[in-house]
Order: sequence, then C-alpha cells, then structure tokens
Amino acid sequence: MTVDYLIELFSKLFDSPFVSFILAVSIAGIPLFVLMALNATVAVYVERKVSAFMMDRIGPMGQGPGLHAGPWGVLQTIADAVKLLIKEDTIPSSADKLLFKVAPFIIFIGAFLGIAVLPFSSVIQVVDINIGVFYIIAVGSVGVHGIVMAGWASNNKWSLYGAMRSAAQIISYEIPAGLSIIVPIMMTSTMNLQSMIEFQSGSIWGILPNWIIFNNPFSFLAFFIFFISAVAETNRTPFDIPEAESELVAGWMTEYSGFRWAVFFLSEYANMFVVSGLAAAGFLGGWLSPIPGLFNSPIWGLFWFFSKIIFLIFVMMWFRWTFPRLRVDQLMHVCWKVFIPIAMLNIFGVGIWKLIIG
Amino acid sequence: MADITFWFISALTIISAFFVVSSKSLLYSAYSLLVTFLGITALYVFLWADFLAVVQVVVYVGGILVLIIFGIMLTNKISSVNISHTSVQKGVGAVVVLGFLGALGYVMISTPWIQLPNSEPLETTRSIGRLLMIDYLLPFEAASFLLLGALIGATTLSRKDD
Repeated sequence: MTVDYLIELFSKLFDSPFVSFILAVSIAGIPLFVLMALNATVAVYVERKVSAFMMDRIGPMGQGPGLHAGPWGVLQTIADAVKLLIKEDTIPSSADKLLFKVAPFIIFIGAFLGIAVLPFSSVIQVVDINIGVFYIIAVGSVGVHGIVMAGWASNNKWSLYGAMRSAAQIISYEIPAGLSIIVPIMMTSTMNLQSMIEFQSGSIWGILPNWIIFNNPFSFLAFFIFFISAVAETNRTPFDIPEAESELVAGWMTEYSGFRWAVFFLSEYANMFVVSGLAAAGFLGGWLSPIPGLFNSPIWGLFWFFSKIIFLIFVMMWFRWTFPRLRVDQLMHVCWKVFIPIAMLNIFGVGIWKLIIG
Repeated sequence: MADITFWFISALTIISAFFVVSSKSLLYSAYSLLVTFLGITALYVFLWADFLAVVQVVVYVGGILVLIIFGIMLTNKISSVNISHTSVQKGVGAVVVLGFLGALGYVMISTPWIQLPNSEPLETTRSIGRLLMIDYLLPFEAASFLLLGALIGATTLSRKDD
C-alpha cells in the first residue's frame, strides 16, 4: 500500500488531481508523523527506565496514594511533553533570529524524510523507490545543516563548537556507514528495500534465517560497522561529543528551550528509528520472521519489523549507559583508521565471495 | 499538478540562486545555496533521474556545502569581512554575458533533443552501473585516479613538516 496506490484510488473518486494528491499524501503522511511522535514519547520513558535499571535504580515511579507519575511511572513521559510544550521559548538577544528559528525545522525534515521509504511490511510502505537505501543515506546528511545552523545562530561559543564537532562527526561516519551498506547492495544487486528483504527469505542449513548478517563473514562484520557508525551519526553516547555536557554545556542545543528543543529531541529519536530501520532491512531481514517459513504474513511482518527496530533502539540505549564518551581524536581515529579500511576490505571480500560461492 | 510543481520548483531554484549572489552575508549565501541544490535535486526527479538526484544530495548538500560552511565558520572574524557587490568592468562583463547567453541559446535551439517517453524507466541504477563499469571503464578509472592524486596532493600541501 504505497502513496501511488492511494493516488490512483482517489483519482477514481475525485475529478481534481490536486485533491486526490493532497488526500493521499495526508493519509500516508499523518500516520508517519504520529508514529514519530509516539516513538519519541515511548522512547523517552523507556530510556529513563532502561538507564534506571542499568544503574540499579527504579526510575520514575508512582508513589503513594497520589500516584503522581502513574503506576510504573508511565505518566512521566506525558509530564515531560507537557513541561516542554508550556516552557518559555527564549531566543538570545544576540542570536541570528531567522536561522535560529529555521534550524529545528531543517533537522526535523532531515529526520522525517528517511522514514517515508521504510518498508514496514511487504504491503505497507509509504513510498517504494528503486534506490531506497541510497535515499536514506542521502537525506540523513540534510540534518547536518540544521545542526550547524543552530550552532551558528545561537551566537555562543559552546554551540558553535558543538555544531562543528557534530558536522565533522556526521560527515566522517557517513563514509563507513555508506561503505558497509554497499555489502547488502552487492549481495542482493538492488537498492530497493523490498527486493532486498525478499532476497533474504529462506534459510541457511534449515536453521538460521537467510539474513544478510548470517550470509558470510564479511557481511557479519559489515553489520557491526554499519550499526556503530549509525549510532555515531545520531550523535548518541558514546559518540555524543557534540553535546558533551561536561565540556560544552549541551553543545549546539545550549540556547534552545521549549518547543524548539522538543523538536530536536523528536528528531534524535526519529533518526534512531530510521537508522535502526535501515539496519533491520539491510542486514536483519526486515519484515521476515526469524523462524524461517513461519509467521510470515504481512501483519506478522509489521510485528517483526517493529520488533527488530525496537531491539536495535534498545541496544543504542544499552550503549549509552555502558560506554564512556570518546575523545575527539579517538573518535576520528576509530572512523578513519579502523572502520574505513575494514569497510573497504569488506567490499572486496564480498565481491570475491559472490564470485566464488554465489 | 505536475506543471504547477515544476514551475514552483524552478522559481524557487532561480530565486535562491539569485539570493546566493546578492546576499550581504556569506552564511546566508551558503544556506540559500542549500535551497538551490535541493531545487536542482527536485528537477532531476522530474527528469526521472532518481539516482542522479540522490547523488546530488549526497555530494553537494552532504559534502560540498558542508565544507563551504566549515570554511566560512573557520574564517577568523567572519562578521567583519566586507563583501562587495559593486560591479567592475561592466562593459566587458555585459559583452561576455551576452556572448555566453547567445552561445547557450544557439546550442539549445539547434540541438536535436531526444524526447524520452514521459514514463518511469524501470531501473536507472542498473544501466548507469553497466555504462560506468563496462562501456566507460577507462574514463571512470582515469577520473578516480585524478581525484586520488588531488587528495594526496592536498594532504601533502597542508602538512607543515615531515
């Protein structure tokens, strides 16, 4: 069920192509937006709980007869959202007003564009394009401009440092991520996400699912390089030097508050969702069931795809509360001297593997 | 529908391109260049060149523009740089512009354009890959060799000692 299908459906009902286009796009787009908002609210709660459990605390809880955060603290996330929405929206007097206001939108657009091509199931995908993988990698780089813009417009040295670090980090880690995602592209010889997932159906020796991660040693390695680079691209701990609070206050987000800051937050979780979705589709079989041949209907596909994404987001949270932050030079060392050579060897290895074994 | 979108995108591209050269602030110029690049991307999509459109985003928006903005931000005392918009040598400039416009117009009119059928090609990446890796392999490798040379040259030049 893609947008094209909806446009065709509505063009039979309405005469004006404009009306059917707007209807189809809103019917496809609004659920995506709701999904993103829902993802962020749930992830904030889960992140609080996960961090609490990893530190041996209990996290947000309802206490006593008042139950002020609800049972198990589930109302905490609503309290967070309400707090952010009613907070005063301040703009520093020396800031560049226009760029300061535009920056959150650019980051949000960069995060939101990628979600449009994610294959949620064999029949549910908003846009099915031939170059889906490449498209996600490309629109991920649009958000960098929002970050740099925010850092510059704040007119604050911490913001600017954070923005520069972030831009350097994102454009560096895009290279190993891009080189690693070439491995599934080479093996499936397509960039279409649906055909890439269909390639992964079946099983290896009847036990393991035929996912690309299990296909050969090079693709196994490529998944880890891709995932770590993806974590670095979303600026999360241990790669969060752009917003390292012990040295840069909050990096490029220092001067932001209220709703604009909430948009940054929403975009961060949306970015996590998109890169996890790409990792799931490219390496972990997308909407395919982990038990080969069982539970493979489209509805189950939705369940499996979301389970994989949620698991990968959980792993990112796990990273955050397990590893200490890297130094800038260590970060660049890992990217340029470790990941990129391995990723290139991977491409070479997969080429030879495909030539010899098939 | 497609016509309205096309004209809207074309207007956006041209207006932002005009803003790039007329803006007083270097950073505003750079960000209107972002809009120009995205507009060109959209025009590629109109030509069914999906792969080229995404390459445009990756290379220009994600690479070159970030480097330009880096350059602007790393410039010391960028706010005190005086950007001049006064034209010099107006007569010669006008002759060059008119000559260039004439040449371009002549080429546009005299070229026998091949009108492709207005329908989506099945897959563009496969044919592009075939052309790059089989038909035009030597120019492709020569270009990559040139880029590698430029890369090593830039690194050597920017190293201070040893």
